[in-house]
Amino acid sequence: MLRDALLVAGKDLRIEARSRVALWQVLPFALLCLVLFAFALGPGPAALRAAAPGLFWLAVLFSTVLATQRSFAIESGEGTRDGLRLSGIDPAGIFLGKAAALAVQLALLQVVLFCGITLFFGVRLHTVWLAVAASVLATVGLSCAGVIYGSLSAGLRVRETLLPLLVLPIVAPVLLAGSRAWSAALVGPAASGTPWLRILAAFAAVYLVVGVALYGPLQEAS
Amino acid sequence: MRINWVRAVGLGALVTTAATVWLGLWVTPPDRVQGDLVRLLYIHPPVAFVALYCAGGLAALSSLLYLWHRTRSLFWDRLTAAAVEVGVVFCALTLATGSIWGRPSWGVWWTWDARLTSTALLLVLLLGYLALRRVSADPEVRARRCSVAALIALIDVPIVHFSVDWWQTLHQSGTVLNPELKLYVHGSIAWTFLLGFIAMALVFTWMVAVRYRIEVLADEVGDEELEISLAERRAEGAPDDAGLAVPEPTGGAR
Repeated sequence: MLRDALLVAGKDLRIEARSRVALWQVLPFALLCLVLFAFALGPGPAALRAAAPGLFWLAVLFSTVLATQRSFAIESGEGTRDGLRLSGIDPAGIFLGKAAALAVQLALLQVVLFCGITLFFGVRLHTVWLAVAASVLATVGLSCAGVIYGSLSAGLRVRETLLPLLVLPIVAPVLLAGSRAWSAALVGPAASGTPWLRILAAFAAVYLVVGVALYGPLQEAS
Repeated sequence: MRINWVRAVGLGALVTTAATVWLGLWVTPPDRVQGDLVRLLYIHPPVAFVALYCAGGLAALSSLLYLWHRTRSLFWDRLTAAAVEVGVVFCALTLATGSIWGRPSWGVWWTWDARLTSTALLLVLLLGYLALRRVSADPEVRARRCSVAALIALIDVPIVHFSVDWWQTLHQSGTVLNPELKLYVHGSIAWTFLLGFIAMALVFTWMVAVRYRIEVLADEVGDEELEISLAERRAEGAPDDAGLAVPEPTGGAR
């Protein structure tokens, strides 16, 4: 299963590396979000700094929707989904592989976004481990939920409008917990962030298990 | 004579709801602390109970039974759809009645309390299920996809239930379903409260039964329409084919 996952993840990442859609569309979109948020809140540095963690995670969430759509758009070509299904790869392996590829992209996106909020909003990181732990857990959760819902809406004519409606409420806990953990990491105290890490870990665990268990029937349905 | 149990349940729902209204508005005394506001509580907790545990529980159970290969049948899928749709109504009613109660007693229509927020999230998740269900697809495909979506959406139900125990919330913890299972109401108030639960559960059962029937009829109509339009297409095609095979004699070239 893990070997299959690596194969699928490698395939997805190679396609991304060659097509550069994530690099030239998703990443600029995330940065654009930050700029737009700054327009909405005005140039006052105090307000921006206070809102930075929430805006960071909001940008990550919106980009997750785009990256998920992209991740399933590459499967929508002539019979690629059938090809993947007929290849004999374990459905759980496909799920883990696609989620891993999405997670790698989201992690890179977060690094760039972090540079963005440092630059535009003037924030400083106080507790590095807390921010990194929150990001890692949130990334796992976001990519698992993204792949489940991407596959649910794959192949539908209305997928562009349906996916945000399905995914965004589901990942709302990540926005909440991620923002709180990050605001603890940015301004402290670090101890106030640890309970939120537990929520992020629970979210990641639930969607990892649900995805591994249900990806088989889901794939048959698409 | 065969008893039409759907109608019987409907009648029972009507009678118990009327009795709750009568007891709640005229017979029971006003509360010592809340005054007449307490009368809304004969409706709000029962509605919330139905939205969370009856609708949520039924939808989770039936979507699981659909996904399990031994019990896979469109019956469970239709039941999930009916339960979720009625659940949306009750969930919206929960938020509405809670909001009406919250304005005079908390001073605000809405607050970002853990229980309120998670209930609102549940409403959006259930609406997402309905949106997914409206997407036309092969019935089996749609059923499988929707069952998975329902299961994932219903992860929120235990979160709503435990939210008042996990976080310090403005919303009070359970009056009946609290960790100690201790009943905090007594006398005629308790009986009316109990009757409210029975009434809402009956209303829920009746609505789900009727909604299920509509779902079956809609599928039948869909099948019939398909047959009719297929027949029409065939009828359209027939003279054309004949026309191609035997070209009409044209009225003589020059």
